[in-house]
Amino acid sequence: MSKGSPISPSLMATKSAGAPKAPERADRTAENSVVENAAVSPVLGPNTVVPPTVMSGSQAIVRSLEELGVDDIFGLPGGAILPTYDPLMASRMNHVLVRHEQGAGHAAQGYAMVTGRVGVCIATSGPGATNLVTAIMDAHMDSVPLVAITGQVSSSVIGTDAFQEADIVGITMPITKHSFLVTDPNDIPHVMAEAFHLASTGRPGPVLVDVAKDAQVGQMTFSWPPKIDLPGYRPVTRGHNKQVREAAKLIAAATKPVLYVGGGVIKAHASAELMELAMATGAPVVTTLMAKGAFPDSHPHHMGMPGMHGKVSAVTALQQSDLLITLGARFDDRVTGVLKSFAPHAKVIHADIDPAEISKNRTADVPIVGSVKEIIPELTEAVRTQFEQTGAPDLTGWWTFLNHLKETYPLGWTEPEDGLSAPQRVIKRIGELTGPEGVFVAGVGQHQMWAAQFIEYERPHSWLNSGGAGTMGYAVPAAMGAKVGNPDRVVWAIDGDGCFQMTNQELATCAINKIPIKVAVINNSSLGMVRQWQTLFYEGRYSNTDLNTGHDTVRIPDFVKLADAYGCASFRCERDEDIDATIEKALAINDRPVVIDFVVSPNSMVWPMVPSGVSNDQIQVARHMTPVWEEED
Amino acid sequence: MTTRHTLSVLVEDKPGVLTRVASLFARRAFNINSLAVGPTEVPGMSRMTVVVDADGELIEQVTKQLNKLVNVIKIVELTAESSVQRDHIMVKVRADAATRLQVTQAADLFRASVVDVSTDSVVIEATGHPEKLTALLSVLEPFGVREIVRSGTLAVGRGSRSISDRALRSA
Repeated sequence: MSKGSPISPSLMATKSAGAPKAPERADRTAENSVVENAAVSPVLGPNTVVPPTVMSGSQAIVRSLEELGVDDIFGLPGGAILPTYDPLMASRMNHVLVRHEQGAGHAAQGYAMVTGRVGVCIATSGPGATNLVTAIMDAHMDSVPLVAITGQVSSSVIGTDAFQEADIVGITMPITKHSFLVTDPNDIPHVMAEAFHLASTGRPGPVLVDVAKDAQVGQMTFSWPPKIDLPGYRPVTRGHNKQVREAAKLIAAATKPVLYVGGGVIKAHASAELMELAMATGAPVVTTLMAKGAFPDSHPHHMGMPGMHGKVSAVTALQQSDLLITLGARFDDRVTGVLKSFAPHAKVIHADIDPAEISKNRTADVPIVGSVKEIIPELTEAVRTQFEQTGAPDLTGWWTFLNHLKETYPLGWTEPEDGLSAPQRVIKRIGELTGPEGVFVAGVGQHQMWAAQFIEYERPHSWLNSGGAGTMGYAVPAAMGAKVGNPDRVVWAIDGDGCFQMTNQELATCAINKIPIKVAVINNSSLGMVRQWQTLFYEGRYSNTDLNTGHDTVRIPDFVKLADAYGCASFRCERDEDIDATIEKALAINDRPVVIDFVVSPNSMVWPMVPSGVSNDQIQVARHMTPVWEEED
Repeated sequence: MTTRHTLSVLVEDKPGVLTRVASLFARRAFNINSLAVGPTEVPGMSRMTVVVDADGELIEQVTKQLNKLVNVIKIVELTAESSVQRDHIMVKVRADAATRLQVTQAADLFRASVVDVSTDSVVIEATGHPEKLTALLSVLEPFGVREIVRSGTLAVGRGSRSISDRALRSA
């Protein structure tokens, strides 16, 4: 569909309004409009009244998407979805033709993560649909609003092992928020509206709509807006007043509080509210991998990222805390380490929109079910009132302790002894030269951790990665989707040489559709994180982790040639002194994708690290080096 | 320590709803003891009675996870005191001319009825609290049990209130 014009020109006008200069305001506008719509009707979009009109099921799918306010779709056609691709050709919506359905799924995720809107991907039945599975599972783990539309064989042959038949509703049942199989074209409008409502409200997540071919071909009567009928779906958004007051009492009584912030704060667009709460309580903040950017990294209250590769100050803040003020986080094992020994002295306030997350892993003393967007301001008010009555707690000792940690154990790295560049330096310079207005999308592994550690995130929606699922190959397609959603921002895919080889076919999509992403392949010639574990826990026996892409190898594939073949600008950078100049060159190219092969040392490791199976107290800042804890109290 | 919990689950009668519930239990490693499902007084609504072995924290997780299923409308935990719980069983027992009388007498003691007779067997049908049926089985055992079919537990709350009333009004 794309004719090589700039991506979604109709969108650019609205999106670029103030976006690069005042992202905070752009974000606000986006969320306000969502709230307004929600107040009027559960059906997304402007709710334009469409009188009954006869059309085909496939036309109804396209029309529903338009009415729901969809602007961009990622997909790849095939037999069972063919009827829907015909009316799509005439639609105002921008369809990006990917090279693999997994790319469509991740692109829709990236789009959703930067815009806060529902990402949409389309595939055909059977293998087309199963190729979406990884992305759907990824969206499920990281609570990304996603609607996946798949074609299905005709209802008359469902269950007969027909050509390209797969029970995709059954396959995705455990990894979707909900799913629909549509066999009657008259169901299309309300199912589409319900799918978008489910995906975008409550705890966001992926929804699958599987449409049988005969439902696409058959005639139906379309009218809009449809009635949403979901009697079993009633997400709670407003926190319970009494619980909020209880939480404020605990905060007033705590001398070592920590705001433990998760991805829910980003999903709820509640960064500004979080800042107010942090200032009102005076408490330090840690942001999980999914929450990077929810609170500015440069802020003195920020202790860093907690978890397996967290900063000493963040990990220790949680361990020593007497009160975790948990906001949209879920006590993931990568954050808690051995659960029993996690934050052993802390009481827990847990605010989350998903009641099932509360007391799932760690029992909450004060549970608050609701949207952090509504809970945080109420909590801030309650804290102010409480402090007026009982006085603010004295956190001086806590801050002295934490600031000492922060100064003593900053993030850093040791220079590789093999003369090759340190991957951390490459990533740090990409962040510094691009600035906080950029969007950074990582794959999974060492480069992901370094990108989380060494790039400073100052605003929400600027950091995308596959957190819960840990999907290698996420970066390139997700960056593509992010660039379509944020065409005026610089979008970097920080990828590994392993990850990059899983999904780099989408460079073709980027080049042809003029989606000029920038890809930094942090090429350590190996499956680096696995190799690191082999170094540390398997006596350096490097079983099947050597990829032969780096220094002193056969370089298969040659990433520079590969990127060139895909119509991208491509560079190789092998020396420290070339890093800045290469990044600058990449930043100057905006008419096509850029790929840089950063050849780095395979021996660099991600530190700090809490080895699996031990308490977070055993955090190591480097191999065999655990910080010396001063006994206070 | 796990205890037995009886959950009454009001669901939309949509394709796949049983799979959704069953697969949720499987993937979260919750243990289903029995599950019975059937239509209700409200068209389009089914009711499942799920008996689960779980401790207090786990049963809370089970309930919360079930509630996340979009087709699940309401969940009520029915305690032994506040509800009536019944299983249904049919047992095929060896019974020839010599033993038939003893078998039917045993059935009578449990207010069970004989629903099929042949020269060398009878089928006994009984309804009752799960423990009563287990007792019946142990009495029939010595005669030679050929086949057992047993429903999951059905349960309904005592008193005039209905699970579907409030659930549907607020929907």
